[in-house]
Amino acid sequence: MTQIEEVQYDRYRHLVSERAFSGETMLLNMGPQHPSTHGVLRLLLELDGEVIVNAVPEIGYLHTGIEKNMEAKTYLKAEVMTDRLDYMNNLGNNLAYCMAVEKLVELDVPPRAQALRVILVELQRIASHLVWIGTFGLDLAAMSMFLYAFREREQILDIFELCSGQRMMTTFIRPGGLWRDVPVEFETAVRNFIRSFPRRIDEYEALLTKNPLFLDRLLGIGKLDAATALQHGVTGPMLRASGVKWDLRKARPYMGYEQYDFDIPVRTEGDTYARYLVRVQEFRESLRIVEQALNKLPMGPVRSDNRKFVPPPRSEIGVSMEALIHHFKLWTEGFPAPKGSVYSAVESPRGELGVYLEGDGGPKPHRVHMRTPSFDNLSVVPKLVKGHLVADLVAILASTDIVLGDIDR
Amino acid sequence: MDQKLEPIVQALQEQFGATCEEFRGEVHVFIPSGQIVQALTLLRDKYEFELLSALTATDYYPQMMPRFHVIYQLSSLTKNIVLQLRVPVNGDQPRIPTAVRVYEVANWRERELMDMFGIEAEGHPDPRKLLLPDDMEGHPLRKDFPLGYEEPQFTFNFEEIDLRKPYAKD
Repeated sequence: MTQIEEVQYDRYRHLVSERAFSGETMLLNMGPQHPSTHGVLRLLLELDGEVIVNAVPEIGYLHTGIEKNMEAKTYLKAEVMTDRLDYMNNLGNNLAYCMAVEKLVELDVPPRAQALRVILVELQRIASHLVWIGTFGLDLAAMSMFLYAFREREQILDIFELCSGQRMMTTFIRPGGLWRDVPVEFETAVRNFIRSFPRRIDEYEALLTKNPLFLDRLLGIGKLDAATALQHGVTGPMLRASGVKWDLRKARPYMGYEQYDFDIPVRTEGDTYARYLVRVQEFRESLRIVEQALNKLPMGPVRSDNRKFVPPPRSEIGVSMEALIHHFKLWTEGFPAPKGSVYSAVESPRGELGVYLEGDGGPKPHRVHMRTPSFDNLSVVPKLVKGHLVADLVAILASTDIVLGDIDR
Repeated sequence: MDQKLEPIVQALQEQFGATCEEFRGEVHVFIPSGQIVQALTLLRDKYEFELLSALTATDYYPQMMPRFHVIYQLSSLTKNIVLQLRVPVNGDQPRIPTAVRVYEVANWRERELMDMFGIEAEGHPDPRKLLLPDDMEGHPLRKDFPLGYEEPQFTFNFEEIDLRKPYAKD
């Protein structure tokens, strides 16, 4: 058996107050196996009765060395690792990585692939927010919310399964386009979802938005002002709930987001309730984008025909020798990317998901760094929880919508 | 280069003797490591780069000297521009001055650098390990750190491999 070591509090001396050592306040461990830490997050809390004096997050329990592993794989194979980063936003991670590769090797994406990427990523955003609203409700003792949200998420995962055969780790978006075109049933499935979902959002809001028990737990809790948020690199709905209108889909449009008409929900309060309202509004905006993209979905190919970077379609392999050579070369050796580095960022459900990708002239990336939004969003939590009750910590943590796979990488 | 970026890059070149590179429309400015904190402060206060999007590093061992580049990816929300600062750092006892007092996000990001590359942030308020276990030796994202693997255990060699595995030590 491994020896169980006593925790050395001296390591935390500079992070907790002096009162913790005189026994006046209590040091309490929360997690890593706590249901409301949304994964394996450990928090060391310094408590004065029920009031939190200091909180020290400890992360790294889910560190899997994804960045190191990607350096040992070709550009095409390394993409599979990105699914596992933020497991609520698989397609969004694929998109961020593929955009970086496309920028590095200067690859064009056909318009149909761009529109389909937008539809899929926005559906993924809805699915991610559904998990969030479910667990948010669960943490605040609205158990039924969890069941409703997962019912709708199932509909979205069915759409992903229809396209790619996988529900979560799809790797459907590939450098230069998509893996393949969507099946004919895709449009009906998405239209069914668009038709049924607005009523569901109304149901969620009827259940939560004006609920007095819910308001009691959220109003004025965990206030975050815009300056602190930016200092801590907080992005996404958390930043927008603090009154900063910043969304990469509007600020630096990619994948043709400029063609779609949508609003960025912004609240100025910066508390837990504002974060809730922003995300609920984002359901509706994402739905608007999906509908517009589906209405003017162009016809045409779904991947670039630059055979030096994109594998040929299966139908060509049987009849063309060049296609067979390209297929073989791309899946064994991979394609070389030029020496140089790019940084490309997309708006994930949690904020700015950036990929720093550096090529060295060979078929494998020299360095991949994922700038994941949850990492920075969590780093502000110790400031938010100070002076609140332990029960409020649960609400604050739920409202930051962290995914530990995204933090630890 | 973006018109809004040109005066900023010029100012950096004049004040810090920075050199500038462009690749795929992105501007990389090389700053000597002693002056990075002043450069970041200038960019934040005068040129409205409110957000330090990413702070990471890359290792060029063994091809290049100095060995590391520390990368600061900055975004300006008001001007909607991005700028990348790169700081070359020597491989022998690599260290950079901490940027925590300019951008607080650098706190965790620099701890990650210390874990992954062994690049020490001088004056960091909380230099504990962040992602790696406390007893871990080495810095995984360095190029001379081998990518490990786990031996697959089958029925015939289960116990033999179990003895070699790190967790099996009693």
